[in-house]
Amino acid sequence: MTNSWNDIKNADVVLIMGGNAAEAHPCGFKWVTEAKANNGAKLIVVDPRFTRSAAVSDLYAPLRPGTDIAFLSGLMRYLLGNGKIHQEYVKAFTNAAYIIKEGFKFEDGLFAGYDESKKNYVDRSTWDYEFDEQGMAKVDETLQNPRCAINLLKAHVERYTPEMVERICGTPKDKFLKVCELIATTANGERSMTSLYALGWTQHTTGAQNIRSMAMIQLLLGNMGIPGGGVNALRGHSNVQGITDFALLSTSTPGYLVLPTEKETTYADYMKSRAFKPIRPGQTSFWQNYGKFFVSQQKSLFGAAATKDNDWAYDYLPKFDTAYDVLKMVDMMAGGQMNGLFCQGLNILMAAPNKAKVQAGLSKLKWMVIIDPLETETAHFWENHGEFHNADPKAIQTEVFQLPTTAYAEDEGSFTNSSRVIQWHWKAVDGPGESRSDIQIIADLHSRLRALYTKDGGAFPDAIVNTTWAYAKPAHPDPVELLKEINGYAVEDLPDPADPAKVMLKAGQLLPGFAVMRDDGKTSGACWIYTGVYTEAGNMSMRRDASDPTGLGIHPNWGFSWPANRRILYNRASADPAGKPWSERKKYISWNGSRWVGGDVPDYAPTMAPDKSVGPFIMNQEGTARLFARGAMPDGPFPEHYEPMDAYIANPLHPKVTTNPVVRVFAADAKSFGTPDKFPIVATSYRLAEHFHYWTKNVHDNAVLQPEMFVEMGERLAKAKGISNGDWVEVSSQRGMIKAKASVSKRFRPIMVDGKPCDVIGLPIHFGFIGLTRKSYPLNTLTPPVGDASTNTPEYKAFLVDVKKTTPPASQPATV
Amino acid sequence: MAVTRRQFMKVSAAGLAASSVGALGFIGAGEGLAAGVRPFRLEKATETRNTCPYCAVACGVLVYSTTDGAKDAKPKVIHIEGDSDNPINRGTLCPRGAASLGFANSPNRLQYPMHRKPGSDKFERVTWDFAMERIAKLAKEDRDKNFVAKNRDGVTVNRWLTTGFFAGSSCSNEAGYLTYKAIRSTGILALEDQARI
Repeated sequence: MTNSWNDIKNADVVLIMGGNAAEAHPCGFKWVTEAKANNGAKLIVVDPRFTRSAAVSDLYAPLRPGTDIAFLSGLMRYLLGNGKIHQEYVKAFTNAAYIIKEGFKFEDGLFAGYDESKKNYVDRSTWDYEFDEQGMAKVDETLQNPRCAINLLKAHVERYTPEMVERICGTPKDKFLKVCELIATTANGERSMTSLYALGWTQHTTGAQNIRSMAMIQLLLGNMGIPGGGVNALRGHSNVQGITDFALLSTSTPGYLVLPTEKETTYADYMKSRAFKPIRPGQTSFWQNYGKFFVSQQKSLFGAAATKDNDWAYDYLPKFDTAYDVLKMVDMMAGGQMNGLFCQGLNILMAAPNKAKVQAGLSKLKWMVIIDPLETETAHFWENHGEFHNADPKAIQTEVFQLPTTAYAEDEGSFTNSSRVIQWHWKAVDGPGESRSDIQIIADLHSRLRALYTKDGGAFPDAIVNTTWAYAKPAHPDPVELLKEINGYAVEDLPDPADPAKVMLKAGQLLPGFAVMRDDGKTSGACWIYTGVYTEAGNMSMRRDASDPTGLGIHPNWGFSWPANRRILYNRASADPAGKPWSERKKYISWNGSRWVGGDVPDYAPTMAPDKSVGPFIMNQEGTARLFARGAMPDGPFPEHYEPMDAYIANPLHPKVTTNPVVRVFAADAKSFGTPDKFPIVATSYRLAEHFHYWTKNVHDNAVLQPEMFVEMGERLAKAKGISNGDWVEVSSQRGMIKAKASVSKRFRPIMVDGKPCDVIGLPIHFGFIGLTRKSYPLNTLTPPVGDASTNTPEYKAFLVDVKKTTPPASQPATV
Repeated sequence: MAVTRRQFMKVSAAGLAASSVGALGFIGAGEGLAAGVRPFRLEKATETRNTCPYCAVACGVLVYSTTDGAKDAKPKVIHIEGDSDNPINRGTLCPRGAASLGFANSPNRLQYPMHRKPGSDKFERVTWDFAMERIAKLAKEDRDKNFVAKNRDGVTVNRWLTTGFFAGSSCSNEAGYLTYKAIRSTGILALEDQARI
């Protein structure tokens, strides 16, 4: 989230699209209720299903799954065409006026630089600004140049008329225009809109572009950096934010740094493309500090073994050729290219798309280690569960370990919530049986490997044996020690920049903030955005002062919000170029003549006067936010509607390029996609208020509340197929078949797509063959093994199926 | 915050004595009544501040634990409720969080390290030492056999691609960082969390 849960109360318009906060995040949704009750806010819900969020909305509009970009591009067209944008904000704080290179174009569904044979934009050189001799981006403040980013954007979205939106999305034109009108009321700095989304936007082959579309809209409206505004990802797991921050991801390192590729053979090579010199006069370009964060991180990981002479242990990091994300991993397993697998609290047999492929992959492993507090389907993948999961244990040679872990009430440490707030939690009791904490298990594994490599040698022992492990109990590090290490220390005495004769920080002292990090090895710090969480003043994540002096829901002394305890990102943009708040209602951070003041930590140099014209989007080299993404996205600098890979219709905008042209499809999956002649119904997956992922099927109360898998469908489809409520239904896709009970409801209604009715069904994700719930067929038997062009997030939210009435499952085999 | 539940009970009893019951002339009856009420079951429980284990709203919860008084009994979680001091959830919990006691005490919680041999139709209980020693051995064997020190162009890449790691997204930051550190040092690139799925 750019803003916070509490900040939602400051919104005047709340848009829930790509999520269903009332059911998936009920206690976060309370802030929507608060905004409605006490701020006069209007709630808009756009969703294929009439969700419980929709049930309490002021305005509901349906759309077909996987068509969000068409809807949002139509909205952009409306805002630009009707002058409903925050002109001064857009001009001063975005790249609207920047001149885009000659040669950049969009034709027949493709941007410039596409190579059909490689299915990729091999040449993105025109996706950029014109630069002058000094290397500064050229700008036309009058916005007259037809190649200004905003003029190209206008031309790009011109095709998305309300009629086209209705044709693609199936959203009735009058409903669509009402949504546009209500959103347009926030284009002034007096009122703000917050955008709340979740996996309904990310889990598409155009996922990142869905979110980018909303970011562009919020910029056009001037809703970034202000109270009640922002683009807010409502995240799933309790610490998925923290685990992402710590880069438990293939090609990242903690704090959103990037792991080196194999093309970057030395540290100097690696830093060549990371100089981040400003491309507009006088800009901050904060990523110029990249080297300080990287070197400090290497010092945390490898301590004294990371020296200037060995490029800060650069070779201790693996260099990647390609991303090894979940889909790639499953493909490798199924192709027999993997031998070992660890599953730490992740039930991959349930969580990955195309279950048959995952099962084939797990069956080819030599060994697998499950680290989990609960029984999972993955741990039991080799077991026969009849028609719910047909397996032959004798034929499966995978050796499996199941290691019991403690859970939240049984260990201490910090979690980072969706608002980026780091909160410590304390241990209440010991875990059951012989369970151990994740920390203890990982420390044990590392200690054993380290001992083996120290004693016996082996392949490249250097990184393993030189990893810092200076914990009081090496086999069981204390979370406090770890949070301090994350925060970082002065490795040597650090001189005071104002008076080099004085020592600012003594060796061994904790860093007060990332501003003091250095690229000369004199500071450590594993994840720069967390620096400040544990200082000489103590553990900030333990702070529990609930006071809120401004009344804006900032709660500055509750936990610690990364970065720098800032609660709203880009908050300099809450004031106009001269530093005055855009309005009294939305006052947040402003210039008092000598410094930036307000209830939050300014996202800006605290004493940088407004007349220096430094932009508020300090992470960008230009200081402004990007309506035109330059080369940052693999599928284009502007969002474009492409059909899901299971395409329901030929793309009305460009039938020759129906789906996203740069989506990665593995050779093994070439025939994995369905067509509407065989699978004429659109399906989407969703979550229930009563369940969390695949966990709560192990919890008695939740299993009672929602006991089994079902398929939700509208009355029209049920009637056409002769299905009544409670009947057993077979749902099939190109990937497989499941059986589930029918839940016939009014929440799904046919959507008129391209003039014809389109039936949509919904499938909850939560059920499987292990747990206290009834045995069920796992949903992901049906979903396609393909992901977003930018992130490879699987496309769970829009796929094609057929349904028919069927017989109940045979015997219910014994449960675990 | 300053008032503990024990103090609250005493104040309540005093209040009861001074209020309607007292006014009706039953002097002392209020205290007698309060003494006769079954003790509030959380009175002897230990209160621990925690965060709900499920979604990323991160509602504050209060975990109450106690034992049944038996000499060797381990403390057990007996009750979980929303933390009304937490500004994010203000004491509320959803149907998942409100039932999270059933997660802590689920019959499907794992108790012991288990091992399934190739081709076997069952898990068998093993010791931690057996499991961890065998895992370390298997990992080292695979790594030593398949580690790629240099790619085809002779560039140092130091990667290990034949073993993968799925990381838990409900582990603490501290566990996540330690996992990153330990796993990256082996050269594993097939590393993924629950952010996408």
